[in-house]
Amino acid sequence: MQQRSRNGINDFAIKLANVNGTGSASANGLLMQAIFRMGVPVSGKNLFPSNIQGLPTWYEIRVSKDGYGARSLDYDLMVAMNAQTYARDIQEVRRGGYVLYDSSWPLDRALWRDDAQFLPIPLAEMCNSRFRNPRERTLLKNIAYAGALVAFLDIDMAVIETLLDEKFAGKKALRESNRQALHIGYDYAREHFSCPLPFHVQTMDANRDKILIDGNTAAALGCVYAGATVAAWYPITPSTSVMDAFREFCERYRREPETGRHNYLVLQAEDELAAIGMVVGACWAGARAFTATSGPGISLMNELLGLAYYSEIPAVIIDVQRVGPSTGMPTRTQQGDLLECAYASHGDTKHILLFPANPGECFEFAVKAFDLAERFQTPVIILSDLDIGMNDWVVPRLHWDDSYRPDHGRILSKEDLDRLPKFYRYSDEDENHVTPRTLPGVSPKGAYVARGSGHNKLGAYTETPDEYQQVMDRLARKHRSAADAVPLPQIEDTARSRIGIITLGGCDPAVREALDLLADGGITADYLRIRGFPFHKSVEEFLYAHDVCFVIEQNRDAQLRALLVLETCVPKDRLRSVLAYGGFPLSARHVVESVSQHVQELTIAGKMKGRSG
Amino acid sequence: MPSIAKPVVRHPSQQTNELGLTIRDYEGTMSTLCAGCGHDSITAAIVRALWEIAMPPHMLGKMSGIGCSSKTPAYFANGAHGFNSAHGRMPAIATGAAAANRDITYIGVSGDGDSLSIGLGHMCHAIRRNVRMVYVIENNGVYGLTKGQFSASADVGSKSKRGESNQFQPIDPVILALGLGATFVARGFSGDKEHLVPILRAAFAHRGLALVDVISPCVTFNDHSGSTKSYLYTRKNELKATAADFVPVREEIVTSIAEEGVTSIAMHDGNIVRFRSVPEGYDPTDRQRVMSFLLDKKNSSEIVTGLLFIDETVDNLHEQNNTSAVPLCQLPYEQLCPGARALDQLQDEFR
Ligand SMILES: Cc1ncc(C[n+]2csc(CCOP(=O)(O)OP(=O)(O)O)c2C)c(N)n1
Ligand code: SF4
Ligand SMILES: [Mg+2]
Repeated sequence: MQQRSRNGINDFAIKLANVNGTGSASANGLLMQAIFRMGVPVSGKNLFPSNIQGLPTWYEIRVSKDGYGARSLDYDLMVAMNAQTYARDIQEVRRGGYVLYDSSWPLDRALWRDDAQFLPIPLAEMCNSRFRNPRERTLLKNIAYAGALVAFLDIDMAVIETLLDEKFAGKKALRESNRQALHIGYDYAREHFSCPLPFHVQTMDANRDKILIDGNTAAALGCVYAGATVAAWYPITPSTSVMDAFREFCERYRREPETGRHNYLVLQAEDELAAIGMVVGACWAGARAFTATSGPGISLMNELLGLAYYSEIPAVIIDVQRVGPSTGMPTRTQQGDLLECAYASHGDTKHILLFPANPGECFEFAVKAFDLAERFQTPVIILSDLDIGMNDWVVPRLHWDDSYRPDHGRILSKEDLDRLPKFYRYSDEDENHVTPRTLPGVSPKGAYVARGSGHNKLGAYTETPDEYQQVMDRLARKHRSAADAVPLPQIEDTARSRIGIITLGGCDPAVREALDLLADGGITADYLRIRGFPFHKSVEEFLYAHDVCFVIEQNRDAQLRALLVLETCVPKDRLRSVLAYGGFPLSARHVVESVSQHVQELTIAGKMKGRSG
Repeated sequence: MPSIAKPVVRHPSQQTNELGLTIRDYEGTMSTLCAGCGHDSITAAIVRALWEIAMPPHMLGKMSGIGCSSKTPAYFANGAHGFNSAHGRMPAIATGAAAANRDITYIGVSGDGDSLSIGLGHMCHAIRRNVRMVYVIENNGVYGLTKGQFSASADVGSKSKRGESNQFQPIDPVILALGLGATFVARGFSGDKEHLVPILRAAFAHRGLALVDVISPCVTFNDHSGSTKSYLYTRKNELKATAADFVPVREEIVTSIAEEGVTSIAMHDGNIVRFRSVPEGYDPTDRQRVMSFLLDKKNSSEIVTGLLFIDETVDNLHEQNNTSAVPLCQLPYEQLCPGARALDQLQDEFR
């Protein structure tokens, strides 16, 4: 039940064990990209250390004709390039699987497995004799094993050659040494082993309308398309590439053609306190501004998130979550910032959260975040994670509707102000409980002092209980009304089961695969993926419509479950947690095992009435 | 004595500036500070300077943090947007605002607690970036709003109201700013409005960040004997290095008669600032000599005031970034969105 039977063609997983800082990432990416170009559904997961050079790093490639993109824990082939981790890596291969290793040095017999097949290739030896420069030797050894994999997995050599042509356009010498290295591995594999292996790639046509993109790039692109002009940040893994990408896109699309002037400004702040401060300042002045950060940065931003919430200033924050608490494991993934973001800052604060599940939604939600932030005049936090943000995903091509115009919400123009007898910042509440704001530089009539200190609905300083509460109560209503504006949950309840499965964000592919596997094993369940907070009413309805709901998330403390308990009326005991928080992306196996076990226990305890699915 | 009288009686002047506004048009709501607080006198100087330079009120952005000093933006320029933000974060928020709308003239009002402790990093970085803004520190040597704890600008040996003596080295924002490469550094005294107003006017004309440290006695917690930020002590120890004279462009022809001991500096916007240097040979364009002069006077407990240093040649944040002349927040969306075609083409690279 844990694994659908594989016939091996376009249905397998390989894991590559490397030392970081040796250039393996580009060889691994090359393989993944080649499979993608062959039209075959593929996913790649980079499991890397928080280190620049010398520590173990892994890359997993899963090929799945059925389009399952979650981590598979059943490795058909291990490319063992790191002697430090041989013992563990070799053990991880499935029974009957293969181990490719560098036989320039003998492999300790103690590591040998009788139920796996070994593919020894003297990669270092061959590369050392072919290439002079030591750095080149290390780099090209990676291309050499990639060459061997081209043979073993029957990857189209022409596709690889094209990729190298593109990559090294204008760098003839490099292109040539890469070609040579590729063939060193390829030729050796074909001469010494029977190629391809039983599992391999076969050209398909599944990727015609797909792209290969990571969530951080997609989010940055969303910010460009949303019209963000000011970005402020402080470098932190795994969010750094959001700003790198934003800057690159801006260099391309945001220079005035005649003058070369920049229609954007990226501020590398002194810390996250300042980064969010700059965003709040820019949004107060009327720009679309955002920051990208991760857990430690969110901790620092709490103070000003409260200021923005209370003074009703829009702001967009992209939190690419990593493993906490504290510094935690910076290069590992988690969904541990849910509670912190939902109620970030002291006092009664509540924020709007968006939970993209893949790079496509990172793009879409980034645009949405600016509209929501401006419409509701409040911070909006996009909770992505390292897996979504930094790994390349195969997703449908992004679409853009040229008729889109930013929703700036209620901003009074000079003419609007001229018509008003007098402007009061926090009066004239609309159906979303939003009051109109004004921007500096428009009219003295719109002037007011934005403040984080107590204020009344006129915008004046107050310490009077009623006046204070009046504003706070409206803020609560405003937050509630955002439930209808955040992306709706994705619900698949065709199974009409008594079991519901609830998840969010990057758990999606693993959970979807698990649903299929569970169904194969006789357990059917309905599915709901939360995409925004505050929760839409359909979330509560779904909870009530199922005897038991499994809440699947990647943190220790069941934070999504806690949020559901806090923010809906559903009895706690209907919600059962399935948690994974070790730092690697979720796999279907984990979900299937946990859910099956729960269902068994519940059935024994008589808590599941009638059929189990 | 302007330093003690609370300006309860509004300025009677009906004289208008070139925008047709009277000085009252630059006032704000009633101050709630203690009677005699130096901060109120600085507010009065700001009001005066804004009126004199004929600042359109809605083109001013008033930024502050938290503290008695940070409350004051509410007390001037009612027609200007203000942001009374969070303790110490004003420079960051002002930087973001300046990034978004370069047409607004920003004045940040901060305290010595706000800027020299909790927000020290932000202040330093705003200086480094040379954000175009006037940055006023209302420096009283204590945390007024939290009732008189020593601030980081308290001098060694200075006594608190309760008699404790400060042991730690003070941070002098003027010397710090000069070390950070600040392009406009001045110090004033809240008790001397005539001296402060031209400094503020010059600050508003500056190309980048103009740091104006103003000694501003806290009558409630730090105006006793033993304090080195009291009215009395400041008066006794003040050494005016320069008396600045701000000459708007339109008056230049009339007033630019060469005088002995006067340096003229053309500001970025064409206005002229003239200095009458009191110590002979004081050159406000020579950073190194200004610094050693200040260090020297610090040792002899003299409080040097005046427009102390100026450099109009350094690019500000927007000039460094080569930002569009139209404020970023006003660029039409069509100019910001690359559109569907570009997205399609771009995605051919994601294959
Ligand atoms: C994060 C935070 N910590 C502490 C405070 C309490 N607090 C308010 S004002 C202030 C000091 C103000 O001193 P200063 O900036 O010198 O202003 P002054 O009142 O002297 O003008 C402090 C510590 C606060 N508001 N926020
Ligand atoms: S406590 Fe001091 S700083 Fe605060 S208002 Fe009173 S005199 Fe001014
Ligand atoms: Mg103070």
